[in-house]
Amino acid sequence: MTAIRIEGLSKRFGKVQALDALSLAVEPGSVYGFLGPNGAGKTTAIRILAGLARADAGQGWIDGLEVTADAAGASHRIGYLPQEPSFYPWMTAREFLDYVGRVFGLSAAERATRTKQLVELAGLGEAADRRIGGYSGGMGQRLGIAQALVNRPPILLLDEPVSGLDPAGRRELLLLIEQLHGQCTVFMSTHILADVERVCDSVGIISHGRLVAEAPQQELLQQYAVPAFEVEVDSRTTGELSAWANGVRAQPWVTSVTINRSTARVLVDDVETARRELLASALTAGLVLNRYEMVRPSLEDVFLRLVESGGEG
Amino acid sequence: MRILWVVLRKELLEQWRSYRLVIVGVVLLLFGLASPLLGKYAPELLRLALPEGDEILSLIPPPTVADAVSQYLKNITQFGVVLAVLMAMGSVAQEKDKGTAGLMLAKPIPRGIFLVAKFVALALTFASGILLAAIAGYYYTLLLFEPLGFAAWLGLNALLLVFILVYVALTLLCSTLAESQVVSGGLALGFVVILSGLGAVPRLGEFLPGQLNTWAAALVTTGGEPAWAALGVSIGLIIAALVVAWLVFQRQEL
Repeated sequence: MTAIRIEGLSKRFGKVQALDALSLAVEPGSVYGFLGPNGAGKTTAIRILAGLARADAGQGWIDGLEVTADAAGASHRIGYLPQEPSFYPWMTAREFLDYVGRVFGLSAAERATRTKQLVELAGLGEAADRRIGGYSGGMGQRLGIAQALVNRPPILLLDEPVSGLDPAGRRELLLLIEQLHGQCTVFMSTHILADVERVCDSVGIISHGRLVAEAPQQELLQQYAVPAFEVEVDSRTTGELSAWANGVRAQPWVTSVTINRSTARVLVDDVETARRELLASALTAGLVLNRYEMVRPSLEDVFLRLVESGGEG
Repeated sequence: MRILWVVLRKELLEQWRSYRLVIVGVVLLLFGLASPLLGKYAPELLRLALPEGDEILSLIPPPTVADAVSQYLKNITQFGVVLAVLMAMGSVAQEKDKGTAGLMLAKPIPRGIFLVAKFVALALTFASGILLAAIAGYYYTLLLFEPLGFAAWLGLNALLLVFILVYVALTLLCSTLAESQVVSGGLALGFVVILSGLGAVPRLGEFLPGQLNTWAAALVTTGGEPAWAALGVSIGLIIAALVVAWLVFQRQEL
């Protein structure tokens, strides 16, 4: 049985088609990266799975229970972290976790133990007895993860869990999510590709409300990744790099060219031609090269290619 | 019932921590204390304000217990309604706006329980405030005038509570309908104006919550005619407001 299954889910907000017959399946115990650009429909899909919004069409199942028909039934089986979690500012973190424990019907002893564990896990320490109203964004996000884990849910729905965090907070939270691997199914929406590459074993890419690709991360890379070449030039010729990139972009064997400071990343669909012509064209253009290499394609390459082509990979 | 108690416990704690309970208690207590004083000393205050107005002042009859009761009813209803709107207008709208409603309602809390807990907590807050006002009003009326009939005084305050709860329930409905507490407060004030206006319409007014105040005053002074129809309509309005709020909230996306 799949942990999460969505079939033909559609949702429209006025003229905007947020979800367009979205279908996907998430295996139990996996960390699933639900990847898409802003406005792709990630949050809408998660809100429907959490029982907070209704689909216009289609169905969704959590742990075998159809949430689109009975959201209340599935609420015991999920932990949910919204994109910008908000709490009762007059409560302390300890009180809030205790309250969530009460909602799930945990005994007093269970609540005390669970609260202690989660306060430590979230790294809130002494702050646990301070009012949440005085918390920083990072502390709030960590409390958000902690409250989603109170009931030891088999399925965790995380909507952009690291978006509001500083680099240190992001690293801590991703480590926490990595630790959950195998313990529960994590369904994590994000637009940060590096996070997905780091913690997710399966990836679904959504664009304009439709799933354009879904596979284990490595399989996705093998299936969709196109070879890439990186050309790093000396700082004296960065001016010529843009002109050269424009010329290369027009070649029929080039898929895309992106420039980051003094490095150009060229995706191609004909490696042999690229091997013959790319280096020669760079030298002809007068670029002074510091580095020229064929590199392992990244998830970002796959993502950009799929999102730009609408799944016609 | 377990989940109702869990959510109600949180709501009651919020009434305390956010000072709502204290504000309602203090304001109503002050008006409970001040009303018999105003009833007793209003002619004296007028005398101070109009040193040359002996002829006018001679027309004012000596203050009686009815003046104290009238002041009490006027003050507690007016400020009770204002407090009802202020305390309830953000109860649901603010939670929707800030996202706490979405966070908590993804957990096993039925939406009906979420609303009922809020209403019960507000009802208990206003019941506490009116109890304080009633004790203070009873004591000062006893000191300055004469003892009031205990059962009649209890009945008067119970009717006052029902009257205020009508506005609590209507404001809770507005808070459910609106996306922000400002809009919710505006809608609730609209209800206050409409009910006040309709209450002044002959015959129709006899069936509306405002008639409870006339009945309450009569309970303590003349005995008067009970306004069962107005009581029925008031309780009906409370139930209808909560049911409509529940139906609307069930369909809302958070």
